[in-house]
Amino acid sequence: MTIQSPLAIEATGLVKTFDGTRAVDGVDLAVRTGSVYGVLGPNGAGKTTTIRMLATLIAPDAGSARVLGHDIVAEADAVRGVVSLTGQLASVDEDLTGRENLVLIGRLLGLERQAAKDRARELLDAFGLSDAANKLVKHFSGGMRRRLDIAASIVVTPQLMFLDEPTTGLDPRSRNQVWGIIRALVAEGTTILLCTQYLEEADQLADRIAVIDRGRVIAEGSPAALKASVGSGTLHVRLLDPEERGQAAGVLERELGAVTLDNDPAGLSTSCADADRAAEAVVELTRAGVRVAGFSLGQPSLDEVFLALTGRSAEAAAAERSAPDHMEQAA
Amino acid sequence: MSTTTTQPPAGSAADEAAVRKAIASISRPQRPSAVSAALTFGWRGMLKVKHVPEQLLDVTITPVMFVVMFTYLFGGAVAGSTGEYLDYLLPGILVMSVLFTTVYSGVALNTDLTKGVVDRFRSLPIWRPAPLVGSLIGDSVRYVVAGTVIIVLGVILGFRPEAGPAGAAAALALVVVFAFGLSWVFTTIGLLLRSPNAVMNAGFMGLFPLTFLSNVFVEPQTLPAGLEAFVDVNPVSILATASRGLMAGDARLEDIAIVLAVAAALTLVFAPLTTRLYRSR
Repeated sequence: MTIQSPLAIEATGLVKTFDGTRAVDGVDLAVRTGSVYGVLGPNGAGKTTTIRMLATLIAPDAGSARVLGHDIVAEADAVRGVVSLTGQLASVDEDLTGRENLVLIGRLLGLERQAAKDRARELLDAFGLSDAANKLVKHFSGGMRRRLDIAASIVVTPQLMFLDEPTTGLDPRSRNQVWGIIRALVAEGTTILLCTQYLEEADQLADRIAVIDRGRVIAEGSPAALKASVGSGTLHVRLLDPEERGQAAGVLERELGAVTLDNDPAGLSTSCADADRAAEAVVELTRAGVRVAGFSLGQPSLDEVFLALTGRSAEAAAAERSAPDHMEQAA
Repeated sequence: MSTTTTQPPAGSAADEAAVRKAIASISRPQRPSAVSAALTFGWRGMLKVKHVPEQLLDVTITPVMFVVMFTYLFGGAVAGSTGEYLDYLLPGILVMSVLFTTVYSGVALNTDLTKGVVDRFRSLPIWRPAPLVGSLIGDSVRYVVAGTVIIVLGVILGFRPEAGPAGAAAALALVVVFAFGLSWVFTTIGLLLRSPNAVMNAGFMGLFPLTFLSNVFVEPQTLPAGLEAFVDVNPVSILATASRGLMAGDARLEDIAIVLAVAAALTLVFAPLTTRLYRSR
């Protein structure tokens, strides 16, 4: 057992209501200093609203939270002095260049003109953005924008960083770059609250994960514990022809048990821990004349975690919350 | 457990080392003063003009059209000659064109809100109104540009202010101060309405009657009594009269005082309101 370090975030019963809908409905969080804490949930589960409350952008309707010892309402200014926020919409100014964005933030944090320029250059180099330094951000790729966004968050190194879906919409290469940056931050001692829709991301980066649904934490623990509670493996199959999905489902059901139809009309999956049995099942598919485009045996997806924890898919959860999610965006 | 493995990207180790070095190499500076933070936001506004200079066309072409159109279309009919009308009209057009520009402050703020960067500004440990005050300082530079274009055009067309360049500059300064106060109204509207277009429509719906039902274009004596009474107390009329006075060298202190008082009152009411709305959005 290691000695518990003091808590970087301590939230009790946070509530936020938009137009009568409880976007966040009693969230408790305890995040240890120096750790990466993953908040996992579908769109509209209340992740962004929770982050916005903790980052002092909006005040909670009920409950309280302390961030690095400061109350988020009474001592909001002190909180702002030690955190930074990388929002879901990239929190950089599209109409300025990459360099200007970083100089702007540096000046706003109190760096002298020359120091702000030097810091901008250092960060652009470190984040592989030197070539694009003088390009307007609206011409950046999604990955570059994200990196700039994170660079803007560490113009002055925060003690705690909020990352709201930092890799949503990124290609795998950019995603890996962002993950590398997050690991570097952690190695230097920054505490990170990471909101994500991807179990894999939380699994890769987080020490602990809270699964959030309908504005409540429905499960909390280490990634390993969470995955174990859901079932350890899933076989995903993607067909060449969506028309054959019914037939494929029949075969897989016979071989492995209950089948889930993915959002992708050509995809289906079933839980399966044993690689040999999974391989046999795929062979059976081919024998039955179903043309397989690809298959993988991997970790459960958010969908499966959701299904296991709530009995409904993440997509259904997102759809039923689409109204409050819209509010979250607009707020 | 998983058969899909994540490939570490080439060069990520180097990235991480550089990022770690960058993280470690800075200590938190003193917070900037309120003034410094606001000026930094003003600088941001200037950079936007630098990158999209076309936005200055909005604020210059329309007034140029107004000057030319009204002078040559109505000059003879209203004042007997285009030259005489220009002397009357130009300070008024200066007022109108700068006031029209203030609507764009609200539009720009509304546009800003749809972008994530506002979240970052609001999460920074800075003087709360700094982003708003700063962008209005930046906008004031645009007001000066719009006003200068009008005055220069007037001079080209034959307008000669009796109080000389100093008088013209004083008139421009007064108009810009008033515009600064008025733009707080539009930033409030910008925070209340949903889309930039709605802000634009609401802004011009308010400004059109205020500028046309003023003495910007015609002497109010010819108007029906009720309308004349309105035109006389319309702050836009008083501002136009004061500007004419400053350019001619016979401004009444009373007019200038009223203009400054209205600007101060608008700021005192709408600046805190804007700041409040900005915080809670």
